[in-house]
Amino acid sequence: MASTAAKAAAQIRERYLTWEGAPIADLPDRPKEWFIDLYSSMRYLRCVDERMLKLQRAGRIGFVGSMLGSEAVLVGAARAISSDDWLWSGLREGGAALLRGLPLSEYIAQMYCNSLDTAKGRQMCNHFQHKGSHYPSWSSVIGTQIPHGVGAAHAAKLRGLKEVHTIFFGDGATSSNGFHSGMNFAAVWKSPCVFVCVNNGWAISVPARAQTASGSYAQKALAYGMPGHQVDGNDPIAVHEALTALIERARSGAGPALLELVTYRMMGHSSSDDPTKYRDQKEVDLWTGRDPLPRFARFLDQKGWLDGAAAERLEAEHNRTIDAEIHVQEAAAPMPLRSLVEDVYAEVPLHLRKQYNDFHRIAERLGQAQPGDGAFPL
Amino acid sequence: MPTLTLVQAVNDALKTAMRRDKSVLVFGEDVGPKGGVFLATEGLTTEFGKERCFDTPLSEDGIVGAAIGMAINGLRPVAEIQFQDFIFPAFDQIVSEAAKLRYRSGGQYTAPMVIRTPYGGGIRGGLYHSQSGEAYFCHTPGLKVVVPSTPHDAKGLLLASIEDPDPVLFLEPKALYRSIKEEVPEGHYTVDLGTLRGVREGKDCVVFCYGAMVPVAVKAAEQAAELGHEVRVVDLRTLLPLDEEGVLEHAKQVGRVVVLHEAPRFCGFGAEISAMIAENAIEYMDAPVVRVTGFDTPFPNTLEHHYLPDARRVLDAIERVMAY
Ligand SMILES: Cc1ncc(C[n+]2csc(CCOP(=O)(O)OP(=O)(O)O)c2C)c(N)n1
Ligand SMILES: [Mg+2]
Repeated sequence: MASTAAKAAAQIRERYLTWEGAPIADLPDRPKEWFIDLYSSMRYLRCVDERMLKLQRAGRIGFVGSMLGSEAVLVGAARAISSDDWLWSGLREGGAALLRGLPLSEYIAQMYCNSLDTAKGRQMCNHFQHKGSHYPSWSSVIGTQIPHGVGAAHAAKLRGLKEVHTIFFGDGATSSNGFHSGMNFAAVWKSPCVFVCVNNGWAISVPARAQTASGSYAQKALAYGMPGHQVDGNDPIAVHEALTALIERARSGAGPALLELVTYRMMGHSSSDDPTKYRDQKEVDLWTGRDPLPRFARFLDQKGWLDGAAAERLEAEHNRTIDAEIHVQEAAAPMPLRSLVEDVYAEVPLHLRKQYNDFHRIAERLGQAQPGDGAFPL
Repeated sequence: MPTLTLVQAVNDALKTAMRRDKSVLVFGEDVGPKGGVFLATEGLTTEFGKERCFDTPLSEDGIVGAAIGMAINGLRPVAEIQFQDFIFPAFDQIVSEAAKLRYRSGGQYTAPMVIRTPYGGGIRGGLYHSQSGEAYFCHTPGLKVVVPSTPHDAKGLLLASIEDPDPVLFLEPKALYRSIKEEVPEGHYTVDLGTLRGVREGKDCVVFCYGAMVPVAVKAAEQAAELGHEVRVVDLRTLLPLDEEGVLEHAKQVGRVVVLHEAPRFCGFGAEISAMIAENAIEYMDAPVVRVTGFDTPFPNTLEHHYLPDARRVLDAIERVMAY
């Protein structure tokens, strides 16, 4: 156990690449395809994000919590979290879920909140889930998923399962009650989980430096009794290696750890936010220069593994895939009215059947009811 | 007189209060340079400085708890909770602390403070940007609960709330933030808490409502007029303390009552109105009270326009009450 922990610490480097994309440490021993996949996946997520923002501007979907700028976090993490492990998240980890098994069709259906959405159009846009790859439904309420992930990890331990629970949240979420309870419980219980704080510099308009007086988010871990590491979140290799190490450490029984991934929210908080009101363009320019995609493209190009033309071909291919799926989702039927009262409980109780039937009587009178919307038997 | 939207009237009230009284301060998430996600606090940091309008870390529990401490120690905090849906991390501070402080200290310590928060549906916000949680708070002795529905009332009620000696939860109907404009007096004025407002005359039936449901009731009343029913609309404005005498008087005068809110029905505010009438005015009633409410479900997203009571559902209730 001690040796796993020591090995883990050795594998964690702040970064593997300079901002220009030159290696500054021994690269992990992987075939070149592995590195090319990291780039292709980052490019894919950027294409998805840009398409969603376009749909939002065109009024086709309501809201986007952009992941632009955090592709290295998402790809590095997705490739580190094995299929038996779990992903607990908030707004901006949909891209990681996509790479771990959430089908693109379900991703886009959720953005449309249509009848093909597995959550039945009930959640607002950008709130994904995917049972098959252990990605639970989450609420908009910041920080609530943190103790959930800890409880689930503890359950895994009690049930003798070998899975590890990765729990993602933002810099803002570290101020929530859930962060404190979650970190404390996990450390006391030695739960098999890894906390991942995606520090993108901002919580809507509040800068990370106004969120905490700590020198870093990683150092908060020490007070709870677990190791904390700060890693360059715009370097997918560094993200992957650090998270892999901490997951294996947790799996070995050494307990939880906190990983802070430093990145930047390139867009506004969401499609409804205008960041020019509160942040300096100079800061945005600085981070534009640190964009994980060109940085990694330079690395691959220098290696002779992928040139500019090949990168462009990847983008065109990704966009074709995404656009085809958008066409399918555009045509999906609206949600049946009955779904209003379903899934509140295991069975629709009498009072809800009555409320629905009364509503349905009026909808029918007004010609608003669709076939299949029929009243419940009482 | 300037013509303001409801959210501009809130902003105007905050500025008016802060100009009059140096102990008034505003804080919460994103209320500073951004001016709040709905721009209710726009310009406050510029005019009053970072000491009097500032952003906090992301903790509603911290925001309300700290507001209580400030109120105990001589300030008049106006805390913003970004969406009413996110007030629940602060539920303990509101229900166990702010609301009970005066009572548990024998009046030695008090928490004169306001918690402002946008509530209600209509913006496609799904489960967690749409809820109407007034009933939880109306069940809390020691708290006042205010819900404006017009720019004029928003300003006057907010100023009265800030000056009130007790903690006030000020629920702002976000669906109305920009949908209506009206003339709002400049400078200071108040609208008394605990007083309802007659919105529309009518002798056949009365619809009691508040917040974002007021324009819905008015629309239904206009449609009912075409069917020959003269429907009165009453805006309760303050849910706690409720203008009980006013409610009973309207009910007795008309004899037919519809209660309308977008929150779920079970144990909702409509139940209180209905019970009050049953207990005090049953002999004046020509029909049972009918409630039009949201469903007893979480708040949906795609189907929110079906969840939210609309004029047609209210009209249906009016017709049922009239046909009884
Ligand atoms: C309990 C709670 N309070 C407030 C909000 C409103 N809100 C949504 S996201 C957000 C900021 C989150 O910042 P961070 O945790 O850094 O995540 P990021 O958006 O940067 O990914 C806030 C204040 C919320 N969703 N939940
Ligand atoms: Mg953040």
